[in-house]
Amino acid sequence: MLAPPLASAWAHPSLELHHCRALKSGKVTPPRSRFTVTHQILWRSSVPIGARKKTRAHVIAPGKSPCSDSAATMRQNNSITQETQEGPRLRKYAWDTNEEYLFKAMVAFSMRKVPNRETTEISHVLLCNVTQRVSFWFVVTDPSKTHTLPAVEIQSAIRMNRNRINNAFFLNDQTLEFLRIPSTLAPPTDPPVPIWIIIFGVIFCIVIVATMLLILSGIQQHRRKNEGPSEMEDTEDKCENTITVENGIPCDPLDMKGGHINDAFMTEDERLTPL
Amino acid sequence: MEKARPLWATPLQFVFACISYAVGLGNVWRFPYLCQMYGGGSFLVPYIVMLIVEGMPLLYLELAVGQRMRQGSIGAWRTISPYLSGVGVASVVVSFFLSMYYNVINAWAFWYLFHSFQDPLPWSVCPVNGNRTGYDEECEKATSTQYFWYRKTLNISPSIQENGAVQWEPALCLILAWLLVYLCILRGTESTGKVVYFTASLPYCVLLIYLIRGLTLHGATNGLVYMFTPKMEQLANPKAWINAATQIFFSLGLGFGSLIAFASYNEPSNDCQKHAIIVSLLNSSTSIFASVVTFSIYGFKATFNYESCLNKVILLLTNSFDLEDGFLTASNLEQVKGYLASAYPSKYNEVFPQIKNCSLETELDTAVQGTGLAFIVYTEAIKNMEVSQLWSVLYFFMLLMLGIGSMLGNTAAILTPLTDSKAISSYLPKEAISGLVCFVNCAIGMVFTTEAGNYWFDIFNDYAATLSLLLIVLVETVAVCYLYGLRRFESDLRAMTGRKLSWYWKAMWAGVSPLLIVSLFVFYLSDYIMTGTLRYQAWDASEGQLVTKDYPPYALAIIGLLVASSTMCIPLVALGTFITRCLKRGDTVPGA
Repeated sequence: MLAPPLASAWAHPSLELHHCRALKSGKVTPPRSRFTVTHQILWRSSVPIGARKKTRAHVIAPGKSPCSDSAATMRQNNSITQETQEGPRLRKYAWDTNEEYLFKAMVAFSMRKVPNRETTEISHVLLCNVTQRVSFWFVVTDPSKTHTLPAVEIQSAIRMNRNRINNAFFLNDQTLEFLRIPSTLAPPTDPPVPIWIIIFGVIFCIVIVATMLLILSGIQQHRRKNEGPSEMEDTEDKCENTITVENGIPCDPLDMKGGHINDAFMTEDERLTPL
Repeated sequence: MEKARPLWATPLQFVFACISYAVGLGNVWRFPYLCQMYGGGSFLVPYIVMLIVEGMPLLYLELAVGQRMRQGSIGAWRTISPYLSGVGVASVVVSFFLSMYYNVINAWAFWYLFHSFQDPLPWSVCPVNGNRTGYDEECEKATSTQYFWYRKTLNISPSIQENGAVQWEPALCLILAWLLVYLCILRGTESTGKVVYFTASLPYCVLLIYLIRGLTLHGATNGLVYMFTPKMEQLANPKAWINAATQIFFSLGLGFGSLIAFASYNEPSNDCQKHAIIVSLLNSSTSIFASVVTFSIYGFKATFNYESCLNKVILLLTNSFDLEDGFLTASNLEQVKGYLASAYPSKYNEVFPQIKNCSLETELDTAVQGTGLAFIVYTEAIKNMEVSQLWSVLYFFMLLMLGIGSMLGNTAAILTPLTDSKAISSYLPKEAISGLVCFVNCAIGMVFTTEAGNYWFDIFNDYAATLSLLLIVLVETVAVCYLYGLRRFESDLRAMTGRKLSWYWKAMWAGVSPLLIVSLFVFYLSDYIMTGTLRYQAWDASEGQLVTKDYPPYALAIIGLLVASSTMCIPLVALGTFITRCLKRGDTVPGA
């Protein structure tokens, strides 16, 4: 039988309760956003913890921590930089108070970017229920520290600066998950001309050029071969003429040829030369 | 003046041409599947037996016929017996069907090759949906590699009845593929002889590189051990033997007339027995070599998926129970699950439906063949490798080389009889005939680039060549042994090559091989008849998986037409020759 998980040294009950109790007398507060750093790649929290928030009562009962409602749960996943071929070797993200401070600073920074919240201080951000999973809730109070800000506002502020927050911790959308804040997926880059058409065009042109060259050289060879036999045919025709002249009565052709040459010799030569 | 028949520049070109033709996509995507289905290592036993009993003799027969007759398939069989020129015509018809659909695979290989020059590879990520909050629905249901194949490459319709329009992207790739084939066959043996040096040797280089990479992948040994462990009981399964015989038969490309065409360009004194043995041995060893590579890739992919599955379960549990990071590992998963189930039963029951049972065996058991293996499973494995662009380019380049090599043989089978016939070659030069054949094939091949094109491709792939080839080779063997005469053929070969024909070849040609082919034929016919209606796998976009559907009547009619148009050539031409002879005899008798 395995022992239950050890109590973590990461939670600082005294610190959080002090802050959380300060809000005992708060007014009606809407549910806060819950933010979770999730474990690993490819996994989104579908744990219905967020659902709890929606139906919670707004009034903070005395003695009860307001963080029990909502807050972002930050769940820290092992950084994926340690993944090796043997499988992801999980490295624990060292979470301590300084990291908490950085987190609070990032949340405050995000809130300051919202138009009428420029005065948000780090002390206005409260973390509660920090677990060993590195999962916690957080709320942001207004400057008077009387009530917490609406979850929707915090969610939109964090969504605007998600990249900065991720980079501050060297994490990404998968390893630092905010529950209830879906990440905007980056669309794949679309170059103006699809790459494959460029490569297709190059290879197409090469093939066409090579085909044309081969066809043209084939035609040239064909023509050269045709000229060779056609020369042979001309001389053979002459042979034929003189032969027929020889066979027939040598009158007119002899006149045409200019008579004093012995046709027999002529035909012999002409018959032989083409070969 | 008689024009001398073009010859191969060296006998090596002939061997390379035969290897390039025989070693094709079937070695890569069909043999590993068969090996996996029929007992792993023990499948090699029926495979090698069939190689020796069926593959080598029939290959030698075809090469010998081609080299002796020195003509393409129609002329060769007409010389053996005028009634048998129908066999040659049937070979040409089957080759025509094959070249129509086979080049579409090259077009797909081009498509994937061109898309491999991107980062990230387009089949490794799903596209995002309209409002950028999630991935495309079809892609979510299926995997990204399946989505890329069925949606982006094929843009497949839900059934064969919905034809859709011609997709311009695969159509362009098909035109390019045909232009490339035309470039290679343009000058006949002069150009083909040079090209086959590359198409025969480059796939081996790539396979070797992949072997080294594959064996060093994490989890490769899982695949190799699982696949090659012999399951001896499969030896008693008749299907294993039948599939081994079929694989040898179709892998060597017998009966298409390509081997006859290639051998007809040989010197008469060429030692085709030696070449037949070399080619068949190389073909089979390439199959085994490719299956080692494939199984190591399978093992890698299965291990990767198994570990991802485990990690997802670990993540789910860690998040639900807020456990410490790193507490749950693969080794203690079961124990912790047990503990959580007992300690927090209600919460565990909530989470339980989402916990998947991860099993390495089920991942390894997925057996795929055909285009699914090449374009879905392999791409899935490649996208998880480092420098995946390089591996992708290499792999699709190898597929291209294998495909183009086989296409060269197919087109040679069609062109050689055409260029041999005086009627056609006196009108048109060789280049024009080749161009015409390529153009006609490309135009008809556009059917396979429509939205329902893949379904038609499957029809052609399954039915255009199978039965007809068996019949053609059977008639060939019987014709040579009994019509032409085995002794006459033997003395021809001895006069040609100077070597005596061994008793082994004679026994195989006359007895064993025809019997084997008849049994294969009977098996196929009974299989078709027993299954009743023919069915096909259609892609359901809403479910993201394949569903089985029945063929509509007109598709069945086309299947019947495909098979009939090649097989009926044999009796029809024989009948036609008989009638013309009778008429001629009738004409001459009164005159004499």
